[in-house]
Amino acid sequence: MKKQKNKLAGLQRRKAIAGYIFILPFIVGFLVFMVKPFFQSLYMSFCTVEVGAGNFDPVWKGIDNYIRAFRIDPEFTRLLTEEISRMVIDSLAIMVFSFFVALILNQKFKGRALVRAIFFLPVILSSGVILGLETDNSLMAQVQVAIEENTTGISITAAVENILRTAGVGVRAFETVFEIIDNIYNIAISSGIQIIIFLSGLQTISTSMYEAADIEGCTKWESLWKITFPMISSMFLVNWIYTIIDFCMRSDNEVIDKITKVMVEQINYGFSSAMTWIYFIIVIAFVGITSFFISKGVYYYD
Amino acid sequence: MTKTVAKQKNSSFWERNRKSEGYLLKKTIMSIALKICRFILLFGMCFMILQPIFNKISVSFMEERDLYNPMVIAIPEHFTTENYRLAAELMAYSKSVVNSLVISFTIAVLQISVCTLVGYGFARFNFPLKKFWFACVLMVVLVPPQTISTSLHLHFRFFDVLGIFKAVTGNSINLRGSALPYYLMSAGCMGLKNGLYIYMIRQFFRNIPMELEEAAYVDGCGTLKTFLRIMLPDATPILTSCFLFSFVWQWTDGFYSKLFLGNVRLVSTSLSRIVDSLAAYLQRLQGTTVTPTVGLVDCILSTGTLMIIIPVLILYLFAQKGFVESLSSSGIKM
Repeated sequence: MKKQKNKLAGLQRRKAIAGYIFILPFIVGFLVFMVKPFFQSLYMSFCTVEVGAGNFDPVWKGIDNYIRAFRIDPEFTRLLTEEISRMVIDSLAIMVFSFFVALILNQKFKGRALVRAIFFLPVILSSGVILGLETDNSLMAQVQVAIEENTTGISITAAVENILRTAGVGVRAFETVFEIIDNIYNIAISSGIQIIIFLSGLQTISTSMYEAADIEGCTKWESLWKITFPMISSMFLVNWIYTIIDFCMRSDNEVIDKITKVMVEQINYGFSSAMTWIYFIIVIAFVGITSFFISKGVYYYD
Repeated sequence: MTKTVAKQKNSSFWERNRKSEGYLLKKTIMSIALKICRFILLFGMCFMILQPIFNKISVSFMEERDLYNPMVIAIPEHFTTENYRLAAELMAYSKSVVNSLVISFTIAVLQISVCTLVGYGFARFNFPLKKFWFACVLMVVLVPPQTISTSLHLHFRFFDVLGIFKAVTGNSINLRGSALPYYLMSAGCMGLKNGLYIYMIRQFFRNIPMELEEAAYVDGCGTLKTFLRIMLPDATPILTSCFLFSFVWQWTDGFYSKLFLGNVRLVSTSLSRIVDSLAAYLQRLQGTTVTPTVGLVDCILSTGTLMIIIPVLILYLFAQKGFVESLSSSGIKM
């Protein structure tokens, strides 16, 4: 009898408790391994950390570390601007490339499964250390330069580049484009996940929309912009954020390289925290601002 | 027989074309041209992705002098498996593969089981502060682990639970170099890209109809039993993909491995050190300091990379169909 009286409240409470039990590991992990280190590293970035036997004590230094990062350290600002500009260009290129590939892979043709498998291969093969290997190696870089010098004659892109450069119109714009073209391999191998996300978005669009548009006399090109694009615009937001975060995680990222070096080899925890925070704040601000503008244009169907 | 059919089809095609005032012909030509363009594009891009792997395979079987021979491009003149022997020795291959297998497997199992629980909790239960905690998941996805790496480093260097160890032994424990911290972090969903797994699993569970669960509840199934018996079997596709992701990313991960597992020989860390080990090896062999030649370095690097990729590649070949299809159909949605 008693059980039946407050059944509803009881059931809801039981469900709430069950829910909390399910997400308990996350809460514990989040508090212990995320929140604490997060604030600790923020605090340490304002300190000089002295590591002694069995303990470490941070000494408050104000914004010394930040000043050092910007004013004194010879390479940090250079690396930072380089990485950030590379991030912007690469991310844009990855978005365009993966959208384009997803559009192609969503069509029906023979051997689609094979092609999809190949495009998805880089997610697996160029993750982690493997990606950074060839660029890490200074010897290999020398060889690459030597090879490029010897083979400029036969490269079509180089020839086109020369022609356009002598024409002298908008040289800077061309150079960005050529940089992207030279980078196409890097872009292709880092857009696996993005292709999958776009594909999953494309598959949720019902075909009846295209049929209706077709009957109304819409061309393929028009329906691409009027149907496909708005319908998967939310995927653009997801992909954009994912791409930038992924870029920060890559092992050939020079800023991260420098931070790890300062931390592990020079054992300068304060300075490395400060550099991490500068990098993190710039990236997060960039993500925040751009995704604000993208989310203005996102169209939600339901 | 076939000829007449083709002819018939052909004639009717022209007839139909005439009736449609040339529209049909134009459309057919367009579609054929589109197919050709698509084929060329896809072929080129697939080749671009696969070419480095082919290149590595051919280089790995070459002797050093073949690399300097401009006549040799893809097929080695002096076929040798010496590179594989040397790379295996430099990386302590059998030992590090076993280590990596054990660690990647256990970590992947741990991460995915925990993430499944959490993802299910977020998908199916209503509790206070749910939105807040989910925002925290998104934050975990967003914050690059590098931001907190300094602090984590110290956290585990001077590890302690509420000061208990310090009170007992007078000193905190140095957990760096052992694998334990990483298992702890994985158990707390803070491993490599775990936020992403939680997100994907939650999304998947949300698409399973509620009625299934309600029926189970009506029949007297408890919460846990419903989860294990009804929901888990349905979620196999997404769980396999997440497991594969987790396994592979752990296999090749350099960041966490360097941070926590520095003393354990793993394939990823030994691969990133292979050039240095080669120099040390040559130095031991000849007694003087020598820089290894570019060709040899290239050779060993390709061989080492291939040897690391191969186990994962085999895994991928077996699982790829379920992998790609399940991911693209399950839908990762915002």
